[in-house]
Amino acid sequence: MARKISFKQAINEALDLEMRRDPTVILLGEDIVGGAGGKGEEDAWGGVLGVTKGLHAKYPGRLLDTPLSESAYIGAAIGAACCGMRPVAELMFLDFMGVCFDQILNQAAKFNYMFGGKARTPVTIRAMVGAGFRAAAQHSQMLTPLFTHIPGLKVVCPSNAYDAKGLLIQSIRDNDPVIFCEHKNLYGHEVDVPAEAYALPFGEANIVRDGRDVTIVTYGLMVHRAVEAAAVLAKQGIEAEVIDLRTLSPIDWDTVIESVETTGRLVVVDEAHPRCSLATDVAAYVAQHAFGALKAAPQMVTAPHTPVPFSPVLEDLYLPTADVIATAVSRITAREKLVA
Amino acid sequence: MDMRIKPIVMPKWGLSMSEGRVTGWLKKAGDRIAVGDEIVEVETDKIAGVVEAGDAGLLRRAIGEEDIVYPVKALIGVIADEDVSDTDIDAFIAAYVTPAGDEEEGEAKGPGYEFVETDAGTIRYARRGDGGETVILVHGFGGDLDNWLFNIDAIAEKATVHALDLPGHGQSTKTVGNASVDGLAGVLLGFMAKLGIDRAHLVGHSMGSAVSMAAALAAPDKVASLTLIAPAGLGPEINADYLEGFVAAQSRRELKPVVEQLFADPALASRQMLDDLLKYKRIDGVEEALRAIMAAFLESERQRRILSPQIAAANLPILLIWGEEDRIIPAAHARALDGRATAEIIEGAGHMVQMEKASRVNDRILAHVADRVATPA
Repeated sequence: MARKISFKQAINEALDLEMRRDPTVILLGEDIVGGAGGKGEEDAWGGVLGVTKGLHAKYPGRLLDTPLSESAYIGAAIGAACCGMRPVAELMFLDFMGVCFDQILNQAAKFNYMFGGKARTPVTIRAMVGAGFRAAAQHSQMLTPLFTHIPGLKVVCPSNAYDAKGLLIQSIRDNDPVIFCEHKNLYGHEVDVPAEAYALPFGEANIVRDGRDVTIVTYGLMVHRAVEAAAVLAKQGIEAEVIDLRTLSPIDWDTVIESVETTGRLVVVDEAHPRCSLATDVAAYVAQHAFGALKAAPQMVTAPHTPVPFSPVLEDLYLPTADVIATAVSRITAREKLVA
Repeated sequence: MDMRIKPIVMPKWGLSMSEGRVTGWLKKAGDRIAVGDEIVEVETDKIAGVVEAGDAGLLRRAIGEEDIVYPVKALIGVIADEDVSDTDIDAFIAAYVTPAGDEEEGEAKGPGYEFVETDAGTIRYARRGDGGETVILVHGFGGDLDNWLFNIDAIAEKATVHALDLPGHGQSTKTVGNASVDGLAGVLLGFMAKLGIDRAHLVGHSMGSAVSMAAALAAPDKVASLTLIAPAGLGPEINADYLEGFVAAQSRRELKPVVEQLFADPALASRQMLDDLLKYKRIDGVEEALRAIMAAFLESERQRRILSPQIAAANLPILLIWGEEDRIIPAAHARALDGRATAEIIEGAGHMVQMEKASRVNDRILAHVADRVATPA
């Protein structure tokens, strides 16, 4: 049966169902039990924002509280994955990935290739991403492009609880390493989610809204901003199609291209920095493969090329808003009207 | 309120509908309208459909604007005879207040589904209406109780209606025990027993018809009448490619051409419908459940369980409804019950005739059920 639950509950439920189904699923992370070695109740906390709460009691011995050493426990998770486990490591903030890059991009991402398919690395690394949480420059970045650049990694960034649950279950069942990005500002967002387990396939974008005039391609928190922008644009007679990529590696090019072939206009919205990002990637792909369909230059709406500011006023300016997205759309739809 | 003036309002199709978009008028102001005429096209997040006239007269105002979304029960048009003055109509429109969406009992609390534990596991159902005869709606292969979204409320105006999800379907248990038509009939009878329903009019669609017939044969005293809509169980032919395609489809792209075969108008297979079907199909256990039911249902790509000879011999009123353009089960199978059933072959409709021509199907079902009350067998 389906009921409304939050993004955070959906993640918890996916972990719960997969741990119940498959005894090789284990969790590693900082404070995911409640702070090993410290005084006080175990499982009181369930991770920095309480995502794993309740799981330690249900699956004793299968949640490992780790030292504050990302290099060590991400490496341990990858090693365990090579040895037959399906570990899910919680890295807290994707920003901390820097200290475990060798483990991820040189080891986990390469094993299947370098050992001729004989080694699989079914590890899932969960981490929070994104700005808007007043958490400053080292805890707020949208670093998805760093991982989409690496062959051998799968990269997921859901926009809602339904997708989060199905994609996390797929990540755990998948035989490749998956970087699973959770936007911290979506943790409280609720939608209808079935209580049962279900897996959403990678590489299938979701068309959130139909439209004939312009295609807005985005993912994560920005999906909601794009939908807001589309509602504003609809009042001006512009119908925007909003595509939620859901998975960034692999990416559903077919859906993007088919949509642009109908609308003739593309706006990519990416919370990451503007250089070498999903925004540039999608814009370039469309320019190369659907140039003939384009009626106007593809537009990118991104965060600026600066660190995420700590000042709340500046941080709000940093993130693309519905207004900024609507303006970008108007820029290319207005030009079309001039020509016509 | 001026009783000479009949409002056309945004309909409520199914439990979850709260608003709909007007997509086009099929009549214009000044046109004469007969009851049942198709007046205006409406699209919801589930499906596109047509609002049919519940009253006769002149269409005096087409208020609903194309591409605008209106809440359920909002005034989108006005029917009245020519002797009603424009002033009165304008006054009616000005005074019209859209009733609040949550005024109906239970809606504020949720979508109005219930769950019951049976021997076969958890079964989800919807219950609408009160009093009169009891009608049970049984969906087909791969369907769920929302297949009746255009029917359940209309039938509930004159009967107590239950629509259930069979095991392996909708939000019922995904564990299917005996997956045969007779096994599912046992689940249906168990569901009735659990709810204390002694006797009911069974309305089945497709495989649900075969299940209803099998239930009537197993427990003749429990079944007051049968309505068989695009039924399985009357002949061996069936579009086995459709069944296999439905089970095998893993993406929207694969599912679309399969589901389009269900309708005379393929546009009715909306993206929302496909997304909802994929959400269902992706739940753990569903594919296995569907494969088990399909394996029990088919034998060398033909229907295994033919119930027509037995059902023709049973002492039971039968209504047969078929879409002329059915591409899943041929409407020619209706001949198996020639002289035994009241048959209605509806043009311009495919396998999902209860969705495509809802008001005609609803009228026939209500008349069929009412006949049984007037002249008990």
